[in-house]
Amino acid sequence: MTQLTVEDLHKSYGDHEVLKGVSLSAEAGDVISIIGSSGSGKSTFLRCINFLEQPDAGRIHVAGEEIRLVRGGDGHLKVADAKQLQRLRTRLAMVFQHFNLWAHMTVIENVMEAPVHVLGLSKAEARERAEAYLDKVGIARFRDAYPAHMSGGQQQRVAIARALAMEPAVLLFDEPTSALDPELVGEVLKVMRALAEEGRTMVVVTHEMGFAREVSSQVMFLHQGLAEEVGVPVDVFDHPRSERLRQFLSGSLK
Amino acid sequence: MLHGYAASLLDGAWLTFQVAVLSLVLALMLGLAGASAKLSKLRLVRAPAVAYTTIVRGIPDLLMMLLVFYGGQMLINIATDALEWDYIDVNPFVAGIATLGFIFGAYFTETFRGAFLAVPAGQLEAGAAYGMSRWQVFSRILFPQMLRHALPGLGNNWQVMQKSTALVSIIGLSDITWLADQAGRSTHQPFLFYAVVCAFYLGMTALSSVVFNHLERRYSVGVRRSAA
Repeated sequence: MTQLTVEDLHKSYGDHEVLKGVSLSAEAGDVISIIGSSGSGKSTFLRCINFLEQPDAGRIHVAGEEIRLVRGGDGHLKVADAKQLQRLRTRLAMVFQHFNLWAHMTVIENVMEAPVHVLGLSKAEARERAEAYLDKVGIARFRDAYPAHMSGGQQQRVAIARALAMEPAVLLFDEPTSALDPELVGEVLKVMRALAEEGRTMVVVTHEMGFAREVSSQVMFLHQGLAEEVGVPVDVFDHPRSERLRQFLSGSLK
Repeated sequence: MLHGYAASLLDGAWLTFQVAVLSLVLALMLGLAGASAKLSKLRLVRAPAVAYTTIVRGIPDLLMMLLVFYGGQMLINIATDALEWDYIDVNPFVAGIATLGFIFGAYFTETFRGAFLAVPAGQLEAGAAYGMSRWQVFSRILFPQMLRHALPGLGNNWQVMQKSTALVSIIGLSDITWLADQAGRSTHQPFLFYAVVCAFYLGMTALSSVVFNHLERRYSVGVRRSAA
């Protein structure tokens, strides 16, 4: 079953066209890695999927439902129904580069917050769910700590538990290890690998070529706002067709 | 002990306390509204807020008190004449609260504005990304964290504000300072009565510090270990 389709997404900042028509389709269980140099538009693409950025053109379906858009008076695309967007955002849980945990809440409160206040779960149900996912990411013993007292790797694992607690259709990862000290990257990648193995649908913007190669079902190489190459990891990494991808890989795989 | 003025001073203290608290409520509301306006994307909304804070913070409080009380009365007279209504008397109690609230609303605007900006945007974004409404993002993420940044500034302004309540005596309110002055004159013991007023203000500000320290601890959870 198709969990997410993005068709012909365009986005400009002023005169600068960041995305020039990028599409993506994720079946249940797909892990799609988006790679590319900084400025290639990969984070912008991911952020357009849940409308943290407003795309200028394109269509997005989440779990079979299209996000309804209208053209505003200024010619820009707008969400037609804020309630629909809120509902579909709960199906797309995002993990951010800088974790973005809510600093005034404990770990377990962070994980329970949206299930209780957005999904409408009872506190007891949400707590049970939160405990289970914190356990899964190996951080249950920190449940009453505050994010500021934890390492980056631990915070990112809490952020992953927060995303899982939504039981979303698709997990969106926006460079989840880029802000981490090198020795903390491994613990986060290990959790993400485990999630991929249990068949979760994931779209991952990443600089971790090892992860992209070993875990992805599909790799998309973005260059100057276009999907320059898309394919299974073995094709993209071992048989790159374009010169740009070859250059990018020789720079990344040292 | 106070030559029979104790009951009267107590009334004055109660009035001063009411003026202080009600002005605080008004200033908090104006401060939140002013900060929201200053942070608006719309220039038309920002401009009046900028004018408000620039003008009000640039004029002495005493002068502002006179302007609002006498100037306000004049404006009301002009308005009631034009509308052929009956004469409306500016109530000094209301005028005092309005003026103090108006003055300190400008300072609170700046405090709140800085505090709103201090909350990391990524946390608000995370709220939106998890399906929260704008109101939920405001009330569950932005506001509680904003308060932590605002409280030290609010506490400071509130301290100054309590002391500024003594200004209401000049527009004819029988607050503790005015009553003590009267009592001091008739008994020829001004310092005794001034000392009582000093003690009252010290007591009120000291109590406020205790409350604010408590609030600061409560809203800094997640940041300082002492919170737990």
